[in-house]
Amino acid sequence: MLEALYRTARALPLGRAPASDPARSGIVIQPAGAEARFALRVRDAGASAAGLPLDGPINSVRGNDRRWIARLGPDEWLIGSDESEADHLPSAIAADLGERAHSIVDVSHRNVGIDVSGPLAAVALNAGCPLDLGDAAFPPGSATRTLLGKAEIVLIRHPGGAPRYRVECWRSFATYVHALLAEAAIGAGSTEQAVRR
Amino acid sequence: MAQPFRLSRGGRIDRTRPVRFTFNGRTVEGFHGDSVASALLANGIHLVGRSFKYHRPRGILSHGPDEPSALLSVDRGPGRIDPNNRASVVEARDGLKTLSQNHWPSLEHDIGAVNDLLSPVFVAGFYYKTFMWPRKFWDKVYEPFIRAAAGLGKAPAVADPDRYANRHAHCDVLVVGAGPAGLSAALAAARTGKRVILADEGPEPGGALLHDVTAEIDGRPAAEWLSATLAELDSRENVILLPRTTAFGYYNHNHVALAERVTDHLPSPGTAPRERLWQVRAGEVVLAGGSHERPLVFADNDRPGILLAESVRVFVNRYGVAPGRRIVFATSGASAYAAALDAKAAGLAVTLVDLRTESECGPELARLKAAGVEVLTGHTVIGAKGTKRVTGLIVAPVDRAGRCGAHRVLECDCVGMSGGWTPAVHLFSQSRGKLAYDERLDAFLPGTSAQAERSAGASKGTYDLAACLQEGFAAGAAAAGSDERKSFTASPTLTGFKPVRAMPTDADPTKVRAFVDFQNDVTAKDIKLAVREGFHSIEHVKRYTTTGMATDQGKTSNMNALGIVAGQLDKTLPGVGTTTFRPPYTPVTFGTLVGPARHALFDPIRTTPIHEWAEEHGALFENVALWRRAWYFPKSGEDLHAAVARECEAVRKGVGIFDASTLGKIEVVGPDAAEFMNRIYVNPWLKLEVGRCRYGLMLKEDGYILDDGVVARIAPDCFHVTTTTGGAPRVLAHMEDYLQTEWPDLKVFLTSTTEQWAVIALQGPKARAVIAPLVDGIDLSPEAFPHMAMRQGTICGVPTRLFRVSFTGELGFEINVPSDHARAVWEAIWEAGQQHGITPYGTETMHVLRAEKGYIIIGQETDGTVTPDDVGLAGMIAKAKKDFVGKRSLARPDVVATGRKQLVGLVTDDPKLVLDEGAQIVDDPAQPIPMRMLGHVTSSYWSPNCGRSIAMALVADGRALQGGPLHVTTPEGFARVTVVDPVFFDPKGERIHA
Repeated sequence: MLEALYRTARALPLGRAPASDPARSGIVIQPAGAEARFALRVRDAGASAAGLPLDGPINSVRGNDRRWIARLGPDEWLIGSDESEADHLPSAIAADLGERAHSIVDVSHRNVGIDVSGPLAAVALNAGCPLDLGDAAFPPGSATRTLLGKAEIVLIRHPGGAPRYRVECWRSFATYVHALLAEAAIGAGSTEQAVRR
Repeated sequence: MAQPFRLSRGGRIDRTRPVRFTFNGRTVEGFHGDSVASALLANGIHLVGRSFKYHRPRGILSHGPDEPSALLSVDRGPGRIDPNNRASVVEARDGLKTLSQNHWPSLEHDIGAVNDLLSPVFVAGFYYKTFMWPRKFWDKVYEPFIRAAAGLGKAPAVADPDRYANRHAHCDVLVVGAGPAGLSAALAAARTGKRVILADEGPEPGGALLHDVTAEIDGRPAAEWLSATLAELDSRENVILLPRTTAFGYYNHNHVALAERVTDHLPSPGTAPRERLWQVRAGEVVLAGGSHERPLVFADNDRPGILLAESVRVFVNRYGVAPGRRIVFATSGASAYAAALDAKAAGLAVTLVDLRTESECGPELARLKAAGVEVLTGHTVIGAKGTKRVTGLIVAPVDRAGRCGAHRVLECDCVGMSGGWTPAVHLFSQSRGKLAYDERLDAFLPGTSAQAERSAGASKGTYDLAACLQEGFAAGAAAAGSDERKSFTASPTLTGFKPVRAMPTDADPTKVRAFVDFQNDVTAKDIKLAVREGFHSIEHVKRYTTTGMATDQGKTSNMNALGIVAGQLDKTLPGVGTTTFRPPYTPVTFGTLVGPARHALFDPIRTTPIHEWAEEHGALFENVALWRRAWYFPKSGEDLHAAVARECEAVRKGVGIFDASTLGKIEVVGPDAAEFMNRIYVNPWLKLEVGRCRYGLMLKEDGYILDDGVVARIAPDCFHVTTTTGGAPRVLAHMEDYLQTEWPDLKVFLTSTTEQWAVIALQGPKARAVIAPLVDGIDLSPEAFPHMAMRQGTICGVPTRLFRVSFTGELGFEINVPSDHARAVWEAIWEAGQQHGITPYGTETMHVLRAEKGYIIIGQETDGTVTPDDVGLAGMIAKAKKDFVGKRSLARPDVVATGRKQLVGLVTDDPKLVLDEGAQIVDDPAQPIPMRMLGHVTSSYWSPNCGRSIAMALVADGRALQGGPLHVTTPEGFARVTVVDPVFFDPKGERIHA
């Protein structure tokens, strides 16, 4: 009961800011709500744990908005879920991993999520992210650790046709990352211009 | 103004859209599509600046980015003024204010022009020769004088209000230059479906096709081919076409930097960025940047009204402007004939002077003669007449031996000169490709490539239109992985020239002012002098004479300068070599390079969940790494010392609350976690019980202290490690490095939890009483929860890892709670603490309190050369351990030798004197200089609790000097101090166990 109580009171660093489209160019930037995140480390992971697939390729994400798992390295995953799952998910994963040496660390409060969507989302991200975000190089379902300007981020492209990205950064970088994305949306130029580009 | 030199028809300008701007306060009218240069010329304005060194009147030489002379200050509104804009590339638009530079009191009447009369004095290397002695004149006289004389234009005085953007982009094929070769390359590449970026520096793609009004491509006018090609490129989703975009830097791995000028041409930019830096990573690059025309070197060839021949053609054809009504073309090659033909067709009076003999000319001669133009072949140019505007050209026949015949003055108001062409190999050279000299073309051409790039068209020495189109197409196709070829038919281009370094003359060569580098006022005579004085390397000649420097980087002058040096040394051109091409190709604004990284976006400013509370309670902050930490909390009227004294006392007597959230934290998990800890730290870890803490000390391989911090054992296979604030990233990297490279067999995983846990430090005798009512599930009694223990429970309903630890020497707790709950918990503690006089304190008080206890701070008492024994922590080292990082180094001869600096306390004879941190320490201040330094002060504070100053220091063999006197430097001299144990308060350490 206490657990449930304290969760509702989480003071998120970006607050519960509404979605914004700073350049009115269709680049929508929205800080995510209070979510649970876990850093999972395990070698020879097997196919899945607690229903989360562990056999996806490195730099891929599986699942949906309410429960996703991004493989960031050979033995490293970042898991996101609704808060309601936060209490039992780690133990469920641990149970499925059994004797395999592993580490599940709660990083719900370390990570801050910002969703970036719209046809020009990649243009805004490319203001600070040097990666090739084209469909061939970074298709829907991709996830990677990378840079946004001077901040380290995890960049996830949600599955699905419309461009939707999740930027995950550490708590104290959230103000910078959010402001840089807003500036990037303006710097991307007018819709017309940027689409041509 | 009525634009008296605007031709009645022609040009790509929009005559229905007039624009007005000012030049030196005078309104200038032009049309949409004009450059500032073309609009000035349309109004008969040729005199636009004064030269750098001699303050000679200068005009517009060129129509493009190679312009060396027409440098204007452009004012686009408050804060938006910058100097040294080339009039030839600034687009004319309403509201611009342009100003000429480098003159006083006015452009027409310039006092500095006296330098021109004194020119025999200002020879090459003048500054080096003149300002050598007396030595003491340098600082006060010479340097200020040179600084005042150096540079053109005025730096902006206020902050730039514009926005600048950055964009990373990837493509399969980047094409630089949208002339015939570049367009053709982009077309071929685009048709394969690959991702193509085509960048061109002009406002309109097309390059030379924009001013070629007679050429045909595949049976239709070139302009039609151009618009059809652009339409096709425009319709393709896989093509990004960037006008007004200069590729200025070619770096490793086909990383090419482009500067896009987004809004300067718009009267109201809105919120759009002024410029955008494109950082393109291209699979393949096609370089099609064209070529630059060479001026002819003859006396007074810098007079306003003397332009490059092709530039005359551009002004006539593209802008519908007559740079003069009576034009003399002077040339040593064929291309100027095309300009002469077009000028004649535009109704202007034209004469052409060609250095070549009739037999050296091609079909161009007959064509021009057929058009009714007088052509003087086998003639040299002796000099120009006129000062602020050319009024005539003195020419003379010249024989094979260089002997000049009778002079003849050709009256004119404009000269178009052409000394041949130089391919723009700048980007190729930047890519580290090797240049190869081609004697037939008298040019350095792209030779061996170093990266995945290829050149096409004029930048490769291919000047014929059909050949450019074919070569471009092949290059674009090949870059996109296709072997498709396409043949084009096009009107033949008039090509070929006879290289000439300086025009033959019968004048005294020591008196002739024939300019090679217009921007730097370097004459042929200067270059010859430099060679005579022993500067034989072209790189030395460049630096001695300054030829090829500044904003144009010698685009027009390099080949002439090289040729003159080669001639003087009797060497071939490749024997002299060429200077190095460095980025940027043309000047780039600082704004473009900086992009959005300004103000709040300059660097991430990391703040804790308690930050806003601290702000609301009046904290001042200090920077620690990227973090901003509460420094102290002054009450009204308090300075730093008063606030810190109050905070220090509050902690020792009552309770203080401190935000320690920035401490680095690492969760070390796995069956081999304890073994891993054992190897990384000097301390023993295997036997640390769950729920207990230990102060850990970590070394680098060299045996010197890297970091420290308290570690708690959460479970047999789980440790909660803390690091210093600034050390968190390097400690994690250090641990990962060993785990991945040295001990991959260990089953251990590291996760940074720095930001998962906020840390509220509650310190002081009343700390327990404050939190007791808030904590559930933890027995806080000293027996159940001793110093250096960790318990898990809840505080205010929030799960906590509660550490009983102290960096103050008092009873204390460090309350770890998930960050999003930290402020709520902090405020609850704050409320509960009110009855106990709870006081917030900052990093300064934290520093003083720990110094009173002699606790070290990494980076203050350590500097990367300090061992555990140096700071008195040898006792931490587990003697029984077989190995740990740095163990072997602790047995090094220099580490075990006597004489190492050791940590001691210092107390001054004068208890009020606070020593300077970093102050040097000597034994006897009366010893002769240089004195033997024994060490330095590492920490020094006023200690309110001790009622005196205290200091810590590293002193050679310091521990053996206990009780003895030493002397420390002060701004006034030396202060006498006594060496003591570095624990100044509660030396028995009883308070911590309360």
